[in-house]
Amino acid sequence: MNNVNSLFMFVFAFFPVKRSRKGEPKVPLDENSPVIQAFRLYQSELDTRHDKHERLVKISRDITIDSKRTIFLLQRVAGSDSESQVLDEAAEKLEQIQKTKFVLIAEELQHEDPYRFIRAYSPGLQEYIEAVSFFNYIKSKKLVSLKAIQQDLIFPKNSDKGQPCDPENQAEKVQSQESNSTTSQSEQTGTIEVHVPPIEYMLGVADLTGELMRLAINSVGAGNLDIPFEVCDFLRKMQSGFQSFSYVSRDVKRKLQTLNQSLRKVETACYTLKVRGSEIPKHMLVDVLSSPFSDIHMYTDDQSMDE
Amino acid sequence: MASDSSMSTIFTDFQKYLDDEQEIRERIRVLVRDLEQTTREIHTQLQLVHQQGGIKQVQDHCKKAEASFATLREQYRKLAEVVPSGQYYRFHDHWKFSMQRCCFLSAFITYLQTEKLVTREETAAKLGVELSRDNGFHMDLDDFLIGVLQVASELSRLAVNAVTASDYSRPLRIAKFVAELDAGYRLLNLKNDALRKRFDGLKYDLKKVEEVVYDLTIRGLKPTEDPPKE
Repeated sequence: MNNVNSLFMFVFAFFPVKRSRKGEPKVPLDENSPVIQAFRLYQSELDTRHDKHERLVKISRDITIDSKRTIFLLQRVAGSDSESQVLDEAAEKLEQIQKTKFVLIAEELQHEDPYRFIRAYSPGLQEYIEAVSFFNYIKSKKLVSLKAIQQDLIFPKNSDKGQPCDPENQAEKVQSQESNSTTSQSEQTGTIEVHVPPIEYMLGVADLTGELMRLAINSVGAGNLDIPFEVCDFLRKMQSGFQSFSYVSRDVKRKLQTLNQSLRKVETACYTLKVRGSEIPKHMLVDVLSSPFSDIHMYTDDQSMDE
Repeated sequence: MASDSSMSTIFTDFQKYLDDEQEIRERIRVLVRDLEQTTREIHTQLQLVHQQGGIKQVQDHCKKAEASFATLREQYRKLAEVVPSGQYYRFHDHWKFSMQRCCFLSAFITYLQTEKLVTREETAAKLGVELSRDNGFHMDLDDFLIGVLQVASELSRLAVNAVTASDYSRPLRIAKFVAELDAGYRLLNLKNDALRKRFDGLKYDLKKVEEVVYDLTIRGLKPTEDPPKE
């Protein structure tokens, strides 16, 4: 009997505690309360935005990976016999990135302020710009323009469904969107786009300089002694361009430092080629070239800074 | 040389872009400074409710503070004109703090007047900004929510000062309100951002208010019946 009693006491002693802990959030959630109702709305709005942000980060990461691969591929131009084959392959890769990845971003950004989400997709975008500008340099020895890059990132609406842009269809869509009370330029033209802010373009282009430096060194190894001088000339122009900017962000300043380092390396390489080029057999030049770099140990430095 | 000119165009175009941006930012900065001046004035006016005599003239102080909102509306209108459409978030950093402050002021006034939580709609209307991004210069949800959180800490202070001014029923109502606010914020799935950081402070406000209620209860100062609402 005594035993049973104490068992009861035991149970009662614990039960209330457990109960009050569980059922006692300070105010039991009253779904009718206007405060709670308002917060339910805020909740869904925040969730929608956070989800979108996460999706964009994911796509951006994929773009970064694919762009890096394209850049590696392009670096192989130096040692390869058929430049055009590498270029074709790279062109196709870039197009794939546009058609499978950027189109997703464009869809996510429809009706949105791109600047709100730029932090989510900026890393991928910059890496992609680097890849495109590198591709363009190898192809035409020119700096790709912002306009050209932006042009590639404008897609017809609903391109994922493979529908051609039918004007009648479009008019309908514009109308239905008008009821949504949004009319941006893109809707009137029936396209969606990934907006490329000029600053992102410049940051991407700044990364190009590191790749160009690598290209210059690699091509000496492959026996092409003109490329370092071309690259050197190109980098000098870019450097003076970057140097001229006023009010730039910290990012640009940091990248300008990397640019200066790359330029120094290429200039040293050109110097070595000029001074000793005639007296050393071609296949030994690479070894000679790599020695001054290890003095300033820039190559490895730059690789880590480039990430 | 063709490539020469194209490259220099690219760089001069970008410099122009930088110049334009700088100009817009400068104009925004000037306007935001005005906004901040007005919010400071309103804030100072509202601080009076914490004073001995002030707590009895809450409505007066609110009325005076509300008068300045007309200035705010005008200032927001000017700001909205400067910000290029569709680029709100490009320049958002400039005004987000004053927007949060404005949301706080509006929510605090609404609480003092009605003891209710201000809605987004009311706040947006009070500031003369849009509710939704689609319609132009709007109020960011995060900014609104951060502003409302500041009300909680202001109220925890008011609860203490109400007791000092022998108003024993007010802390109880404040406790109820802050608790409800807490329940609301708990619904949100926050990321590790500014709002989350602000929200983490809410529990201390709540605790403070609960302590005041505890003190009143244990000393028998708590009004027994439901406090009459004014």
